[in-house]
Amino acid sequence: MDLGFVFTSFMELLSGLPMTLNLTFTAFAASLCMAIGLTAMRRSQVAVLSWIARIYVFILRGTPLLVQMFLIYYGLGQYQSTLRSLGLWQLFREPYWCAILALAMNNAAYGSEVLRGALQSVPRREVEAARAFGMSGLLLYRRIIIPIAVRQALPAYGNELILMVKATSLTSTITLMDVTGIAAQLIATSYKPVEVFIAAGTIYLLLNFLLTRIVGLLDWWLTPHLRDRARTIESRQRR
Amino acid sequence: MAEFLTLLGFGSEGWGASLLMAAATTVAVALCGFAIGGVIGSLAAWARIRGGRGLRVLADTYTTVLRGIPDLLVIYLFYFGGSMLLTWIGGLFGSGGFIDVPPFAAGAAAIGVVSGAYQAEVYRGAFRAVAKGEIEAGRSVGMGNLLLFRRIIAPQVIRHALPGIGNIWQMVLKESALISVTGLVEVLRQSQIAAGSTQRPFEFYSAAGAIFLLITWGSQLCFSHIEARFNSGGRSGEVA
Repeated sequence: MDLGFVFTSFMELLSGLPMTLNLTFTAFAASLCMAIGLTAMRRSQVAVLSWIARIYVFILRGTPLLVQMFLIYYGLGQYQSTLRSLGLWQLFREPYWCAILALAMNNAAYGSEVLRGALQSVPRREVEAARAFGMSGLLLYRRIIIPIAVRQALPAYGNELILMVKATSLTSTITLMDVTGIAAQLIATSYKPVEVFIAAGTIYLLLNFLLTRIVGLLDWWLTPHLRDRARTIESRQRR
Repeated sequence: MAEFLTLLGFGSEGWGASLLMAAATTVAVALCGFAIGGVIGSLAAWARIRGGRGLRVLADTYTTVLRGIPDLLVIYLFYFGGSMLLTWIGGLFGSGGFIDVPPFAAGAAAIGVVSGAYQAEVYRGAFRAVAKGEIEAGRSVGMGNLLLFRRIIAPQVIRHALPGIGNIWQMVLKESALISVTGLVEVLRQSQIAAGSTQRPFEFYSAAGAIFLLITWGSQLCFSHIEARFNSGGRSGEVA
């Protein structure tokens, strides 16, 4: 094992980090918006909308992300002239936008299930109590349902963020130079797969560790009521 | 539409037979990886439950690291690293050339190591759901370790682990598409080849998606069937 090479490749791989971060956060933001839309559709009273959301989730969760990415990047290239006439070719020509689209579409399918579960976990009595107070529609959502659901969804959604970081590595197969893309290139030129793997693995582990911590902190900050109770139970037990 | 059917059909112009073969390869490599993961996962779970301090830290590190890095990197490591290792071993026996590791073996091993980390978590959680009293009761009637495991622990761990295991199997199936980067002719690679030679990527990647969807859907049905069977056993047992 060549420790010096681990270090040099680590430094070289860092140049791919901006791309990895960029893909992660852009796609995650898009995915969150799509997931909210999908959840709204799934919970809608209109049967057609609800079924469209169901089928979307079934298909996107049942097929590999890599297939979805190839379908968007290589597959849609076949319809170049149609896309050009729609003015969309500028987008689908770029591997970056295809990657964002594939990552966001895929992640949104999983994310909408998390959100759906969180909304279902809102106790009925809280909603009834709010209604008894005369709250309706938006106010009910803003004051009661969303605050409860967000706390419920956060840990699982944090997991989706980590999965997104890992998923961005697939974009290297459609020519993007993220950390994994540079790693593949380094392996091919140096024939030192173990060293490159250690360096790239360290970057991903550090990144995921940091993101897990941030989500944990957010969770801690959002649940002061649980925190106080835990502390009082603890102090009671001590007495 | 007719043209589409010819492309994907079983005629001389069609890619149906090749895609079907590739689907078999996908299932085979996923099954092998899943089985390897089962062995590694149960060993790691055992190390985390019963092992000494050293073993526990080792198993902890394994599950944390493998769940935190992209699977694609692990596949690259096993494919290129495996070839390096084989070449080195070949060198010891006087062979000068470069020896490629078979993509199937590298892929199955990579998937096994990754899914093992997830399976370890599932087994550990399921083991914790087995009531301590049952294990003590088994011991008190004089059961040895193996008998206790076979009669008391394993049946309950399997029941509790089944939903999690089902999820991991789905994950493994979808992950197997990544092995196409090593050149193993599974569904995605075969579609790539067909798309390249016919210039119809959209049709073939859609077909690949449809094949994966069929496999994942089918296994979902299987798992819910098995789960129902295992759970019904538990319920009738409670009644008796």
